[in-house]
Amino acid sequence: MSLSRSAPAILEVDGLHVIFGQGSDAVHAVRDVSFRVAEGAAFGLVGESGSGKTTVLRAIAGLVAPAAGRIAVAGQVQRAHREPAFARVCQMVFQDPYGSLHPRHTVDRVLSEPLAIHGFARRGEADRRIERALSEVGLGPGFRFRYPHQLSGGQRQRVSIARALILEPRILLLDEPTSALDVSVQAEILNLLARLRRERGLTYVLVSHNLAIVAHLCERLLVMNAGRVVEELTEGQLRAAAPAEPYTRQLLQASLGYDRQAAAQLTTFD
Amino acid sequence: MSSTPILTVEDLQVRFPGRVATVEAVRGVSFEVGREKLGIVGESGSGKSMTGRAILRLVPPPGRVTARRLEFEGTDLLAASEPAMRDIRGHRIAMVLQDPKFSLNPVMPVGDQVAEAWRVHSGASWRESRRRALEMLEAVRIRNPERVYGAYPHEVSGGMGQRVMIAMMLAAGPDLLIADEPTSALDVTVQMQVLAILDDLVTERGMGLVFISHDLNLVASFCDRVLIMYAGRIVETCRARDLAAARHPYTQGLLRSLPRIDRPVAELAVLDRDPAWRDGPTA
Repeated sequence: MSLSRSAPAILEVDGLHVIFGQGSDAVHAVRDVSFRVAEGAAFGLVGESGSGKTTVLRAIAGLVAPAAGRIAVAGQVQRAHREPAFARVCQMVFQDPYGSLHPRHTVDRVLSEPLAIHGFARRGEADRRIERALSEVGLGPGFRFRYPHQLSGGQRQRVSIARALILEPRILLLDEPTSALDVSVQAEILNLLARLRRERGLTYVLVSHNLAIVAHLCERLLVMNAGRVVEELTEGQLRAAAPAEPYTRQLLQASLGYDRQAAAQLTTFD
Repeated sequence: MSSTPILTVEDLQVRFPGRVATVEAVRGVSFEVGREKLGIVGESGSGKSMTGRAILRLVPPPGRVTARRLEFEGTDLLAASEPAMRDIRGHRIAMVLQDPKFSLNPVMPVGDQVAEAWRVHSGASWRESRRRALEMLEAVRIRNPERVYGAYPHEVSGGMGQRVMIAMMLAAGPDLLIADEPTSALDVTVQMQVLAILDDLVTERGMGLVFISHDLNLVASFCDRVLIMYAGRIVETCRARDLAAARHPYTQGLLRSLPRIDRPVAELAVLDRDPAWRDGPTA
């Protein structure tokens, strides 16, 4: 789409390599991955397990150290350790809402902590931000003093999104944000993410194995396999079933449902 | 549905008595399974897994299972003694669960686990069982069975582990397989391959398959018939290929809430749960 070509890139990844372990045990998880995302765009990272899609996202967040390559966020080239200012630009929402919230912290405490760290601790200011974040994700003030075990999976994921939004970042890194949820709850969270992006002009990088979800939320996507980029394509090309690469075509075919003939023709791409 | 059912379930109830209230996980479910692929679809808490477990009397305490009829090839499963149940479980009714990581013995090579299953069910020697295990690993399309035979569960991938589980189950040659989300932890292409194996087992061996899943599209494309469960009841039964034309508002709502590659929408439909669905008429 023209958007990502003309608008300035808020996120640039160039020649990214990630290697886990050393010597003969080394796993080259990400090999020479490059892409850029324009401000306000939604970009999908797609692939099967072991493709390196989540590792790319974690490298952007600073959770894994790249072996080589350049990551620039909002014009700032990132070094091994992220500056506190990074957290005010870029935030992450994790896959499992059951595992990513501290079980003994109330929603209020979960949301207050980033505010305290970044110096918004004045009570009035913090209160205002917490209430706004909760209402933006569709949770009333009644949820503020609840614990995670008093919330459903969908409500927990809303709290995770509120936590990511509370510092008013420009980029959200979304790692399979709905794969632990029922389909009806998934629809609510996907609608919420689409609305927040519209209202706040947020930029998304979405990691998912589900092509339908990526096509729904993103304009462009990068298909990965075994740590490498297979191809970059637009949502339109995906929907028109027109990917250039055989790997993507097979992934698309398998995503459409069970087909005995198609199953017999599956090949392995290494 | 084919001629004589393998399994008949009438008015199945699963209750968990608690201090404050009794949780009714399954509330009066009735269905038959023939030599076919029967899908049970529902969201978390719909009672679909409890229905599968109740058939094998594997509902954990303090759960209580009652039914007007729970009959498997002439055997009353509710009246069967515990030794009789042990003979049925694994031997004549097998179960495959979602994650092979938690179903396989972590300190035993996977091939030995398949061989053990064969030895227990056939009474053959270890040597003979090992030979059969290799055959069965080959039957689930594992490319080099010799290498996989000696691997421990943590050394095989999710798709491989699930194939090993199916190979173990093949050893017993059951008449009925209950598969609870057998492919949810797998990549889509691996999922296709595992489903093809199950598909062939139903076609070639005349096995009955109860396929429990939350994935409507998958069930619609894979199964012959589908039961849709909501709050412990079956709200709708239809032929899998007719699922798109489902009549119950819950089923319609679920289908509409799914993003689709072939049909872009600006906003996904959100399910409005009608309290009447809990006890209302089924479609």
